[in-house]
Amino acid sequence: MAESQRPLTGIVDDVGGLVDLAAYEAHEGYAGAREALTGMTPAEVIALVKDANLRGRGGAGFPTGLKWSFVPQGEASDDGLKYLVCNGDEMEPGTFKDRYLLEYNPHLLVEGMIIGAYAIGAAQGYVFLRGEYHEPYRQLQTAIDDAKAKGYLGQNIFGSGFNFDLRIHRSAGRYICGEETALLNALEGKRAQPRTKPPFPPASGAWGRPTIVNNVETFCNVPCILRNGVEWYQELGNGEDAGTKLYGVSGRVNNPGLWELPIGTPIREIIDVHAGGMQDGYKLRGLLPGGASTDFLVEKHFDLAMDYGTIQAAGSRMGTGTMILMDDSICPVDMCRNLEHFFAQESCGFCTPCREGLPWVERLLTDIEEGRGKPGDLELLDRNAQFIGGVTNTFCLHAPGAIEPLASALKYFREDFEEHIRTGVCPYANNR
Amino acid sequence: MSEPALIPVLSDAEVREIEEECAHLPDRKSAAIDAMMIVQRHRGWVSDESLGAIAHLLGMSVENLDSIATFYNLIFRKPVGRHVVMVCDSVSCYVMGADPLRKQIEAHLGIGMGQTTDDGRFTLLPIVCLGACDKAPTMMIGEELIENVDGEQLDDIFGRFG
Ligand SMILES: Cc1cc2nc3c(=O)[nH]c(=O)nc-3n(C[C@H](O)[C@H](O)[C@H](O)COP(=O)(O)O)c2cc1C
Ligand code: SF4
Ligand code: FES
Repeated sequence: MAESQRPLTGIVDDVGGLVDLAAYEAHEGYAGAREALTGMTPAEVIALVKDANLRGRGGAGFPTGLKWSFVPQGEASDDGLKYLVCNGDEMEPGTFKDRYLLEYNPHLLVEGMIIGAYAIGAAQGYVFLRGEYHEPYRQLQTAIDDAKAKGYLGQNIFGSGFNFDLRIHRSAGRYICGEETALLNALEGKRAQPRTKPPFPPASGAWGRPTIVNNVETFCNVPCILRNGVEWYQELGNGEDAGTKLYGVSGRVNNPGLWELPIGTPIREIIDVHAGGMQDGYKLRGLLPGGASTDFLVEKHFDLAMDYGTIQAAGSRMGTGTMILMDDSICPVDMCRNLEHFFAQESCGFCTPCREGLPWVERLLTDIEEGRGKPGDLELLDRNAQFIGGVTNTFCLHAPGAIEPLASALKYFREDFEEHIRTGVCPYANNR
Repeated sequence: MSEPALIPVLSDAEVREIEEECAHLPDRKSAAIDAMMIVQRHRGWVSDESLGAIAHLLGMSVENLDSIATFYNLIFRKPVGRHVVMVCDSVSCYVMGADPLRKQIEAHLGIGMGQTTDDGRFTLLPIVCLGACDKAPTMMIGEELIENVDGEQLDDIFGRFG
């Protein structure tokens, strides 16, 4: 039963590509939403998602049911408005999981959002979609139109009396839009600057109303919990986390790609069995386990299970679960330069350590890479990494995330940095 | 800047699409980004005249709207070529050879990043991760995602875009 082991993507293989409304309904599609809206109270839905132990797939792993429970029940604000928002910004370098779900199984997201909206009592939802996702936009818009035509969106859904409308906001760019409060500003048509927290969005979010923001993959987990129950969902996972996870591998492996596997699958199994191992002539030196803003892991970590707790205990984060491999032809200094260039460019510019510090770090890395490094530069980098990366020193988590790969590279690949400074040349220059 | 109210800068189709967004939002200003993206889809970029007309339509100041426009990298405040070419420079593509590929593309088109070819066909820009890292290196031409870009095939790839 491949499909029941892979509730998010098994159907895509069965159908052989895009899952349209007819195919989706032929595979129990919208049964979860129907069950929730016609047979359960909102509080029961929240309790179920809590019991299932679903954790947010956007990077931080926050328990989804708990987050939903922070929204005041009933008529919260004066006008009773609440919003449900899907974070489909997916701009974390190395991450390509939400695009797959949006392009191939868009009704799963729509169904997950109907259930979420019912649970928190939101009549309006938005999918915040990154601007470059043209094909995902077309597929998701078609899915929304088809669902609307069937009465699964709109007024009195499944005869339950519950109303929910869903629209797509196509973003105009910038990584910081993925940060949930910056996203809400962008949704309101403003510059995407992160907001002061508290208040957190469940208390005051879009247009000052209670708002829940969840990742695409998070919502896609919800319908199968409704359809198959908590026990089934928990048995899908290995170890303490529940469900499946979309894991991805990019870099010099034989078969780079994306696979839905039990959450907690060991790193080495993902790389060797699913990604087909390293290409001939390349050796794996390190990897970023869950996107550009996660700490490097090295050889001694490769047998670890990819779950939230295990990867955190190893000093990194599972993040988005899509890992980026650094093979032995890649210069760690230059790879850090590439990463910090991204983070410096994508700073929203609001606070000084991030706006001034990250370009400064990028320049220092460029100097070291190009043979202009000086003794003492590494200590300078260490100190600034500590300062910029201190979670209380900046207004949002962009800067601390930016420092994670650098601080860990300075720890694990220090001899490479030292050699650049000592010899004034990059030993990997011939590989490029 | 010209007086936006006096000249019908925006087409009926543009105004209709913008009004459709406004109808689904709590206030008109919230449609600022949508409106600029709509106009850009029609015209390729957002000129001072377009900006003024959008600001007028949404009831906000031109300065405020421009401060929003300049925050976002996908809103173009300068004219661009018929096809905008965006080459991914993020980490997975970097690992798979994006730096040498960028040089090949620049040589092929005869322009650097941020420039437009003399014939107005292509504008070249860097872009962050396009979400296709397992098929790196990648780029986007117009609305088409191009995966596993081979620097030896650039003639064929660009030849498809007239
Ligand atoms: C700089 C930055 C960028 C982020 N980008 C994304 C993103 O592209 N997609 C996403 O789902 N979450 C992103 N997040 C996390 C969100 O702020 C938020 O935690 C998440 O959408 C919550 O969804 P979840 O609970 O379902 O994981 C980002 C966070 C930060 C600090
Ligand atoms: S840490 Fe960076 S991205 Fe976050 S608010 Fe400060 S300047 Fe903006
Ligand atoms: S890093 Fe280039 S597509 Fe992701």
